[in-house]
Amino acid sequence: MNRIDKKEAKHLLKQMMQIRQFEDAIMDLMARNIAEGGSHLYAGEEACAVGAMAAIRPDDYITSTHRGHGHAIAKGGSLPELMAEILGKETGVCKGKGGSLHLADVSKGNLGANGIVGGSIGIAAGAGLSIQLRGTDQIVLCFFGDGATNTGLFHESLNMAGKWKLPVVFICENNLYGMSVSVERACAIKDLTKKAVPYNMPAECCNGMDVLAVKDMVTKYAAKARTGEGPALIVCDTYRYYGHSRSDPRVYRTKEEEKSWRDRDCIITFGRKMQEQNILTEKEVTDLEKEVTAELEAAIDFAIKSPDPKPEELYKDVYFESPSS
Amino acid sequence: MREITYRQALNEALSEEMERDQRVFLMGEDIAVYGGAYGVTLNLMQKFGEERVRDTAISEAAIIGAGLGAAITGMRPVVEIMYIDFMGICLEQIGNQVAKIRYMFGGKTTVPLVIRTEGGAGRTLGAHHSQSLESWFLHVPGLKVVMPATPADAKGLLKSAIREDNPILFIEHKMLYNVKGPVPEGEYLLPIGKAEVKRPGKDATVIAYSRMLYFALEAAKRLAEEGIEVEVIDPRTLLPLDMETISESVRKTHRAIIVEEGTKTGGTGAEIGMQIIENCFDYLDAPVLRIAGADVPMPKSAVLEKLAIPDAERIYREIKTLVS
Ligand SMILES: Cc1ncc(C[n+]2csc(CCOP(=O)(O)OP(=O)(O)O)c2C)c(N)n1
Ligand SMILES: [Mg+2]
Repeated sequence: MNRIDKKEAKHLLKQMMQIRQFEDAIMDLMARNIAEGGSHLYAGEEACAVGAMAAIRPDDYITSTHRGHGHAIAKGGSLPELMAEILGKETGVCKGKGGSLHLADVSKGNLGANGIVGGSIGIAAGAGLSIQLRGTDQIVLCFFGDGATNTGLFHESLNMAGKWKLPVVFICENNLYGMSVSVERACAIKDLTKKAVPYNMPAECCNGMDVLAVKDMVTKYAAKARTGEGPALIVCDTYRYYGHSRSDPRVYRTKEEEKSWRDRDCIITFGRKMQEQNILTEKEVTDLEKEVTAELEAAIDFAIKSPDPKPEELYKDVYFESPSS
Repeated sequence: MREITYRQALNEALSEEMERDQRVFLMGEDIAVYGGAYGVTLNLMQKFGEERVRDTAISEAAIIGAGLGAAITGMRPVVEIMYIDFMGICLEQIGNQVAKIRYMFGGKTTVPLVIRTEGGAGRTLGAHHSQSLESWFLHVPGLKVVMPATPADAKGLLKSAIREDNPILFIEHKMLYNVKGPVPEGEYLLPIGKAEVKRPGKDATVIAYSRMLYFALEAAKRLAEEGIEVEVIDPRTLLPLDMETISESVRKTHRAIIVEEGTKTGGTGAEIGMQIIENCFDYLDAPVLRIAGADVPMPKSAVLEKLAIPDAERIYREIKTLVS
């Protein structure tokens, strides 16, 4: 394990850089009032989405969260379309109707971000049920935060998945806080893997700042899910760098804590490791960075220049209407 | 009179009632350390301690259920649901338990529970953070629904709500928290279930609440410049509705317009409009007009969001057409 080739190293590093730069760009667009409505940024947690997605196939499904930009990018979303969606533009992946909280790209197997904490966990169980009923060997990765493990839907869905052996890997991105409330203050137990116990599925914790650790862990349980052994819960320890939202003064955590996690930054540590192992050169890393910056600039330019949705779009898509009618 | 924001007015109401009555306590997501997603409970934890200002886990159903349990056993909880859009998660607890328990128990208990929440569009947050769902709750006998528009109303009504022995859904509006208005110094209460005429007039009655009150008043001002005097009434409480004040006005003006931000079909306007027809049919010179949100999930796009809800311009135009 952990030996990877140049191509894969570049892929993982590039995706993490894409997400980081994407989120940094949104922070900047919000400061300039170009992006409205707020966004929950994924910066810091990139290794979770990128590592997990590297362990599954393009035809597998994911369900995402209110902090969903990283999942959408790692599941193969187009940067310009995602950026345009966040700005509410006609060219966005959801035609400007969903926005940051509802990023989805069904064509890529991304069943959507969600404005409701825990709101997509049942959807993941249902996608797993559909796989089982249709008899394919796809799987579902269900992402959610530590805070979501205190919702009713989490418990109801894990029970259902556990009982029916649904092919779902539940991935808890434990960034220590649900908005301002720490796991310690919100949860009756601190070790979130224990929450899988009553639902008869295995659970393991993994270093969510290490993209290869996440990839290995998800690979292990994805294989089980794919071969009918049922679901699992993986808890990735991670950290969000920015506040919960733009207006968050972060009084509930310390600068020291923030620094200690930034010292473990998933992009820096992975880049360094790849150089130490002579898989990537320093120049390759800096070139990747530049490549991503150029991509991002193009995506932002595309999004800003894209038109707003037309007024008649307001009433479209509420219902499906068959083309013949 | 001093001017304070809607947010400050609510904060004062909570603070004063907590000082007055030890049984009052607050519970909700991010209300203590953070001070509330929209800052309404800022500094209350510092003032009253973590026992009485409690951060909960993300567990809306339990927030309501536990609020109810505490309310029927001697406490007076004020619980917060961060966005009204999350109400679906706890609708069972509100609809089946909170609102019905007194009746089902043959009147042998009271439910001094306030559920604070906020709704409305305006921040381009999309379909899960922008809704106006008050009409869902008009269908729940046993509950009272209060929706203040001004800082003074917000304070006086919240204080009354906390002292009331019935469950109250208290719905604020996210776009009003920074709105300033005159608020009397010192103690005062406002009656729940009482509308207020916010602008007198004779040519038509406009019923508007929450953020729409401001748009209706703006439209009324413009209409007045053209010689059309509309009376603007804020019901302030939607359940029970003060039909006396509304009917009295409609019998005088012979025209009624209801403005609401929520989607039109099955909305508040449908209920108020029907009650106007039941009470004032013989006095009406024109069909009752509803100006409401489009029957669509709230779109993210700022351009579409604006189109999805009424604004002053649209209210002005539609009233003008009706009256002339
Ligand atoms: C049902 C529901 N309750 C509350 C919220 C408000 N809210 C949005 S994100 C969030 C914190 C979620 O914490 P967690 O699940 O740990 O995810 P994180 O934000 O840390 O990624 C809260 C309380 C919501 N969107 N939905
Ligand atoms: Mg979290």
